[in-house]
Amino acid sequence: MIRLLVLILALCAPSALAQDERIVLGLSETRVAITANFQGSQIMIYGAVQRYSPEPEGNLGVIVTVSGPPTQVMVRKKERRVGIWINREKVRIGRAPSFYAVATSGPLDEVLSETDNLRYKIAIPRAIRAIGISAQAENAPPFVEALERIRTNEGLYAMQEGAVRLTAGTLFRTDIQLPVNLTEGNYGVRVLLTRDGQVVDVFEDSIGVQKAGVERFIHALAHEQPLIYGLLSLVLAVVAGWGAAAAFRFVR
Amino acid sequence: MQLYLPIAEVSVNIFLLLGLGGIVGFMSGMFGVGGGFLITPLLFFIGIPPAVAVATGANQVVASSVSGVLAQIKRKAVDFRMGMVLLAGGVAGSAFGVAVFARLNTLGQVDLFVQLSYVLFLGLVGALMLQESIRALRRARRTDAPVRRSRQHGWAHKMPLKMKFRASGLYISVIPPLLVGAFVGFLAAIMGVGGGFIMVPAMIYLLGMPTKIVIGTSLFQIIFVTAFTTVMHAVTSQTVDMALALLLILGGVIGAQVGARIGVRLRAEQLRILLSLLVLAVCGKIAADLLIRPNELYSLTVGVLP
Repeated sequence: MIRLLVLILALCAPSALAQDERIVLGLSETRVAITANFQGSQIMIYGAVQRYSPEPEGNLGVIVTVSGPPTQVMVRKKERRVGIWINREKVRIGRAPSFYAVATSGPLDEVLSETDNLRYKIAIPRAIRAIGISAQAENAPPFVEALERIRTNEGLYAMQEGAVRLTAGTLFRTDIQLPVNLTEGNYGVRVLLTRDGQVVDVFEDSIGVQKAGVERFIHALAHEQPLIYGLLSLVLAVVAGWGAAAAFRFVR
Repeated sequence: MQLYLPIAEVSVNIFLLLGLGGIVGFMSGMFGVGGGFLITPLLFFIGIPPAVAVATGANQVVASSVSGVLAQIKRKAVDFRMGMVLLAGGVAGSAFGVAVFARLNTLGQVDLFVQLSYVLFLGLVGALMLQESIRALRRARRTDAPVRRSRQHGWAHKMPLKMKFRASGLYISVIPPLLVGAFVGFLAAIMGVGGGFIMVPAMIYLLGMPTKIVIGTSLFQIIFVTAFTTVMHAVTSQTVDMALALLLILGGVIGAQVGARIGVRLRAEQLRILLSLLVLAVCGKIAADLLIRPNELYSLTVGVLP
């Protein structure tokens, strides 16, 4: 149902832009299952630019973004107090994607104008919504930079300029690496087509990321039936402890 | 071989976890401690979130204590009555500890509090144990030296609500054991440990229990306190990772049997010196983390959207 809505929205969006170039998109996967041996995943996003008239003037650009479910994030900064490093200042960032990857067909400032970057919230700092943070700490911007830096180091945020391969001005493809530490939820995929930095078409789709099998069962049980889960963990521990002692006595 | 842990939400090597469990089990078999004080910091070091490490550590201690107490019951070295009194205090302390833990978690100071508790208690116990065992080693060389009695007749005998503890041969007030139990229960919840390393000296030096009864009784009550802590953590913060616990337990029980066999060949004083050095090493590592400037000053806590 949601996918249908997304599709309808995606089909309506280009008409507002009044351009005769459109994106046709394919995804290598629409579902990612986090199983016990999950080690990250790579999704291929490919497509073509459809035209009904001769190719217009201007440099063509393709931007692909994949963003995970957004959450609120508390960023804390350590400071030295009486010789030890403890958390002092904190800044609450209203909404930040749990995963965010951007791939472009060229340097971002060439394929996207600053106004469209703001409007479509493409670059990583744009995708993080940090409103009213200046009131929370003396020097708030480093907290947002820290969020970007930490998540980039963990492979959760990625900015890959030039990672979209564009062939003959029509075919494009890119690979997005999903790391091991993924959150569950719907991951939004956006593909933007630009001419001289102006967005001419947007296509949206989504990928569902879910724990599967035993992982799903354990996670669901822990959150929905915490008491039963706790007791079950105990039974497991007691049986294992007793079983081990008994087994070794038997061996001896 | 990597395994994605369902609650910790990180991917770790199965053999690394089995190995960690094995090392800790080896120590606990050799020295007769639960090993919680080792497993929890080790889990921090390999990147398990502190909250999950503490709760899962408690679950692992349940298993190693069950395995240990069975052997002690066979040797009739458990004072069940004393165990129950300690337990009553322990449950109260543990409930309070879990509440404090949840509060600190929202304040973002849980890591600091857990680390400070570790530095303080490991440092204290490690230093006391080292000093005591070096003295014992010296005394063993000079055979003519007088043996000090550890049993004291003091404040524990003067308080009201006296009770007979037959297996320990004691007739003392129930207030000191209740307080000791509550304190250890509190620590168990905060630090993810059984508290044996504090309980054992407290029973010998504060309550004056005979040494041969102490380990079994301590293990007996630790089972229940850590079991209670595990369930409380599971209910209040959903931080017990079953898959992680199972791997640690599997490694642990094998390590414990190997450790127990090697332990018999060493002398008691040497064992205690080794254990105290180990305790001090863990303490030193955690202290260094607090004192040295971290590479990343900022840390993230994910919340829910309003």
